[in-house]
Amino acid sequence: MAIDTERPKTPHRKDSLGTGLPYRAGRQRPGKGGEFWWWVFMRVSGILLLFLAVGHVLIMHVVGSGVDRVNFAFVALRWRSPFWRTWDWLLLSLALIHGVNGLRVISLDYIRRPGLRIAVNWLFNFTGVILFALGSIVVFTFDPSKWPGTGT
Amino acid sequence: MALRRTAKSRTAEFGSLYRGREGQWSWIAHRVTGVAIILFLFAHVVDTALVGWGPNAYNRVIAVYRNPFIRLLELGLVAAVIYHALNGIRIMVIDFWPKANDVNRQLIYATTGIFVLSMIPISFIIVTPIVEKYFFTFPSWWPF
Repeated sequence: MAIDTERPKTPHRKDSLGTGLPYRAGRQRPGKGGEFWWWVFMRVSGILLLFLAVGHVLIMHVVGSGVDRVNFAFVALRWRSPFWRTWDWLLLSLALIHGVNGLRVISLDYIRRPGLRIAVNWLFNFTGVILFALGSIVVFTFDPSKWPGTGT
Repeated sequence: MALRRTAKSRTAEFGSLYRGREGQWSWIAHRVTGVAIILFLFAHVVDTALVGWGPNAYNRVIAVYRNPFIRLLELGLVAAVIYHALNGIRIMVIDFWPKANDVNRQLIYATTGIFVLSMIPISFIIVTPIVEKYFFTFPSWWPF
């Protein structure tokens, strides 16, 4: 994590790699500002995604012959229920924000030129916003009665 | 050049990011699986959105998932999601209960163990239809 850690005035007795912090000090937490709220968001969305993403993967890819059964009629039947539309929309939004922020955190470690980093992150954010809009529109406006006889 | 000097002095001051043991490998695995998942998600939102363009468009694009090679990538995706989830639980345990850091290495082996155990049945479930379609039919006692 690209977090500025304060070096203690007197190094810990089990100093680790010259940081002054003990080997088992654990992970430093961002103290304030946007970085702290992103830290909170990653954990809150992470807990929700444990159910949303892992559940989605198990339902769609593992149980009941997996993706073999997925087609237009399957989606039409599934999205008759507001429960699954809400599930899929929450998964879409949380996974996109969680993932794009994850890419930003990684970019802080590997892209040292600020201009390039801003450009790369701008590209990720732009992709995320476009896909969020596209996915939201489809989840909420999908109506299989436009194609009679094919849905259920 | 200025950038290079900064990089060097940071390494001299704080040491490398890499500590070379289990913690480093779980950290790398968390990043690699995370990047793989978000890159797949970018494509997956587009292919799922095609459902809004009707059955012809959607059924054509979803047929890609029937390809046996894509099936192996699908298995990799499921593995990535499950690993990222389990390792994420471990990270949160350490964040909210710092004492757990004393047994971090054991926790890493525990999450890896649960991951491997859960991937055994999942791998059989996903790979069995490919084998049955292209190679041979399993006897009736085969559970997957």
